[in-house]
Amino acid sequence: MQINLKLNGKLIKEEIADELLLIDFVRKHGCYSVKRGCETANCGLCTVFLDGKPVLSCSLLAARANGREVTTLEGLQEEAEEIGSFVANQGAEQCGFCNPGFMMNAIALFRENPDPTDEEILEYLSGNLCRCSGYEGQLRAMKNYIAWKKEKQEVGA
Amino acid sequence: MLNIREYVKVQSLEEAYELNQKRTNKIIGGMLWMKMGDRNIQKAIDLSGLGLDQIEEEEEEFRIGCMTTLRELELHPGLDAYTGGALRESLRHIVGVQFRNLATVGGSIFGRFGFSDVLTLFLGLDTYVELYKGGIQPLSTFAWSKRDNDILVRLIVKKKPVRIVYQSLRLTRTDFPVLASAVVCLDGKWQAVIGARPQRALLVEDEEKILEGGLTEENIRKFVAYVTKKTPTGSNMRAGADYRSHLVEVQVRRALEEMRGETNAD
Repeated sequence: MQINLKLNGKLIKEEIADELLLIDFVRKHGCYSVKRGCETANCGLCTVFLDGKPVLSCSLLAARANGREVTTLEGLQEEAEEIGSFVANQGAEQCGFCNPGFMMNAIALFRENPDPTDEEILEYLSGNLCRCSGYEGQLRAMKNYIAWKKEKQEVGA
Repeated sequence: MLNIREYVKVQSLEEAYELNQKRTNKIIGGMLWMKMGDRNIQKAIDLSGLGLDQIEEEEEEFRIGCMTTLRELELHPGLDAYTGGALRESLRHIVGVQFRNLATVGGSIFGRFGFSDVLTLFLGLDTYVELYKGGIQPLSTFAWSKRDNDILVRLIVKKKPVRIVYQSLRLTRTDFPVLASAVVCLDGKWQAVIGARPQRALLVEDEEKILEGGLTEENIRKFVAYVTKKTPTGSNMRAGADYRSHLVEVQVRRALEEMRGETNAD
C-alpha cells in the first residue's frame, strides 16, 4: 500500500508492506534514535510523536500513520540538546540506550505540563524503563531542567 | 509474532462487520495486546476512520466511541468530575502515557481480560455496550457473554449519582494489578467490583442491603466479609488466592473508610 506522511517535517510518499511497523519505517529513514527494546510495549525506547502525541512505534502499523505527522528525536534537536545536557550532568544516562525514548517523553511532558511536581514527573515517565539506574539521576535532571527554564524565563521577562 | 497479510481501513461499520465474519480477519483496536500473541491475520480491520474516537457528554449519559484511547478517557474533564477522579486512578497505572495514547477502550472492553482495570471500573458504573448487530446491553451481561464476531461500537455510561473509590495493587509500577477494586454507591445502591482476581472482574451487589444502614464500623465489617465470601480468587505468578482474598478485605475496607471521610492510617 502507499502512504503519505510527514516525518520530521519532510513529506514522504512511499509504497510499504501492510504489516510494516512504524519503528521499522522511521529507522529505514535514518531515525536511529528510535530503538527496539522490550517487544512487549512496555519499555518506551521506541517513543515517537504521532501528531504531537507520544506513542510506541513498535506497536503501531506504519499504515496507520498515513496522512499524519511523525516526529522523532532527530526532528527535535534543540529541545533534545537542552534536556540532554541536564541528563548528562547527572550522569543519568549511563549506558544511554533508554535515553532517546526517555527524552521524547520528557519533551511531551513539558509541552503538556511545563511545571510538573515530582510525582507528576515520575508518573508521566513511568512508561520509560531504565535498567542501569534507579531513576534518581533522571528525576534530578528533570528538576534541574525545570529550574533552569524558570530562571531563563524570569531573566527574559 | 503477529503476521498481517492485508491492512484495511474500513469506510463503514457494515464493511467492518462483513470482514470480521471470517475467522482469520481481526479488528485491531490499539493492537497492543494483539501484538503480544502469535497469530496470522489475513485482514487487519482498522476502525479509526469512522469517527469513533470521540467522547460525547450529554445531559443524561456519556457516549464513548470504541476507538477512544485510554489517555483521552483519562484526560476527559466530564468523566473525571463524574467519577470523582476514580476513572483517572484506574487508568494512570496502565504502562505509560505512550501506551495509553494507543490503547483503545473498545479493545480493553471487548477483550474482557481478567487483568483489566478498565473493565473493573466501568462495571462499577451504570454502563452499557452498543454492539453493531447485538444492540445495547448492560456491560455486566456483555462481560460474561461468549466472544463473537460482532463489533463493539461504543460504551454508554448513564449519569446516575455515584460515589466510587478505585484501588489497585501492583508488585511494581506499570505491571498488571495483583488485585483491582471499585467500591461504589450507585444511585443509593452499594456494590463492589473485584478485578484481576486474576479472573474476569466480578460485580458483587449488596443484596442484603448491609450498607443501607450507613457506613458504621459494624456494617463495614459485615460488607467486607460479604464481598470476600462472594468473590472467588485464584493464583498466578503474581500472587496466591489466599493473598488475593486478603487484599479484597483490605481494599474494600479502605474504600469504605475513605467514603466515610477517613484517611488511610497505613
